[in-house]
Amino acid sequence: MRTDAVTKRGWKTAVGLLLTGVMLFPVYWMINVSLTRDQDMRKSPPDLFPTHGTLAGYRTVLDEQLPYLGTSLVVALGTVVLTVALAAPAGYALAKLRPRGGGLLSFVLLAAQMIPGIIMAMGFYAVYLQLGLLQSVPGLIVADSTLAVPFAVLIFTAFMAGIPGELLQAAQMDGARALRTFWSIVLPMSRNAVVTVSLFAFLWSWSDFVFANILVNGGAREPITLGIYHYIGNNNQEWNAIMATAVVASLPAAVILVLAQRYVAAGVTTGAVKD
Amino acid sequence: MNDTKQLSDRRSALDRVGAVAASTRAARDRRRPTSPQWAAWGFLAPVTVYLALFYAYPLYRNLDLSLRDYTVRSFVQGDAPFTGLANYRKVFDDPVFAPALLHTAAFTAVCLVFQYAIGLALAVFFNQNFRLSSTLRALFLVPWLLPLIVSSSTWSWMLNSDSGVVNAVLHAVGIGPVNWLTSPSWSLTSVIIANIWIGVPFNLVVLYSGLQSIPGSLHEAAALDGANAWQRFWRITFPLLRPVSAITLLLGLVYTLKVFDIIWIMTKGGPADSSTTFATWSYQLGFGNLLPAFGPGAAVGNLLVVAALVFGLIYVRVQRKQALS
Repeated sequence: MRTDAVTKRGWKTAVGLLLTGVMLFPVYWMINVSLTRDQDMRKSPPDLFPTHGTLAGYRTVLDEQLPYLGTSLVVALGTVVLTVALAAPAGYALAKLRPRGGGLLSFVLLAAQMIPGIIMAMGFYAVYLQLGLLQSVPGLIVADSTLAVPFAVLIFTAFMAGIPGELLQAAQMDGARALRTFWSIVLPMSRNAVVTVSLFAFLWSWSDFVFANILVNGGAREPITLGIYHYIGNNNQEWNAIMATAVVASLPAAVILVLAQRYVAAGVTTGAVKD
Repeated sequence: MNDTKQLSDRRSALDRVGAVAASTRAARDRRRPTSPQWAAWGFLAPVTVYLALFYAYPLYRNLDLSLRDYTVRSFVQGDAPFTGLANYRKVFDDPVFAPALLHTAAFTAVCLVFQYAIGLALAVFFNQNFRLSSTLRALFLVPWLLPLIVSSSTWSWMLNSDSGVVNAVLHAVGIGPVNWLTSPSWSLTSVIIANIWIGVPFNLVVLYSGLQSIPGSLHEAAALDGANAWQRFWRITFPLLRPVSAITLLLGLVYTLKVFDIIWIMTKGGPADSSTTFATWSYQLGFGNLLPAFGPGAAVGNLLVVAALVFGLIYVRVQRKQALS
């Protein structure tokens, strides 16, 4: 009986491993191609393992893509700071201070998440053209933050609503005390929410292609997503370099998955956002 | 990573959404003496100004674009003549309109059905705890976390007609090469496959958290009554999962409608508009040609916004109803 149950469970693990392998095959293939030599790239059938592995692709990344990676890092960190600065106070007010019209604002934030990014980007283009903000890093940071701010307010509101009211005595608070309470009690207690929001803001900004393509394409400082896009667009045949860049661009996602998986899962279920 | 801790985190995350709804309702019901409104709105001011400047204004500009006859010159100078709904009429009469509508509907429907079905099957599978189940489930998040340009370019190369691994596998089982990205009859299928792959993890995570909230005792009782696994799924799991399913599908709908990156990077909507949707068509009109048609491009975009908001409103209604019940 017991051994039967054990073999059954072992069998499930085997099926699980197989399914995961199928699901992650494209990721494996990206790594495999990134290590393939130029002369093997068009081989038929392709090598399933990088038996003649080469790091030439990664050398190209080091030679050509470092400025792009730097820009991406600056933009993503800028987005994180801007998003937390805007969303944390808003979440506090919505959760604890009972503003009149707060329900309407929450609704607007929810609706804002539904608007297609490509449409926002075209609107931003028209606005930035007037303001002279096209091809600027601050402009891209502001645009990228629109991906995260509504979600961030939702997360902060949900989290801060769970902080016991007796701790804050929100009902009899004047403005100055509200500010101090927020800064020295609410914000430190909301560390988990800050981490979740920062992770998503970083990841979405780092991954953004739509805003970058429309707002900073051809500029002096372009993010890594455009670096990859130019590679493909130039009809470049060095797929090992393209895939090596893709692997490097995926590193933040990998780090986040390993170090902060539970924040990711909590974020998905709380916000139930993004496809 | 501690599995039970994760679960309780997820559950409490869901509970918290309910708590927000409850607390706003409570605030409405009891008009207790509240803190000064100006203090509350002081905290909300930055985000309100932000929404006006960086959501409302770009959207207003987009609306304005769609109602005027813009050229490159007047786009810079901002003195285009007002033409009412002429751009919308132009878009409706465009030969691309019908195919774009059809592709958008087909892309959205097929992606949703497969993402949901695969996500649910995987969620049920991972819900039976076995060795490594939580680790493997975490690995399933990878496609969803990767930058879209990374997944799209990887799929592009995998689906390459001459050197792609997909055709190599098909060749090995005796099927001739398929021109995935370069033949008009396959391009839409190709982008659908890639998008399903990207969307499965989201469905898996949300549906899994839904399964976790179904008490195991129900299954045990049904098993004692002699119901087999198949019956237990259709009679217990599936009906009890309906609220979560509705939310998942509606959100999936809104987010699939606006998919742009994957299609644009893999096929640019081509060949010959065979994979063009409203999102790529809008961009194509506004930015993809030598002579940009900003007005019609914005018009297509606004149609998409309206569609997304309609389904978004349905989503909000469903969610409200669930929070109240």
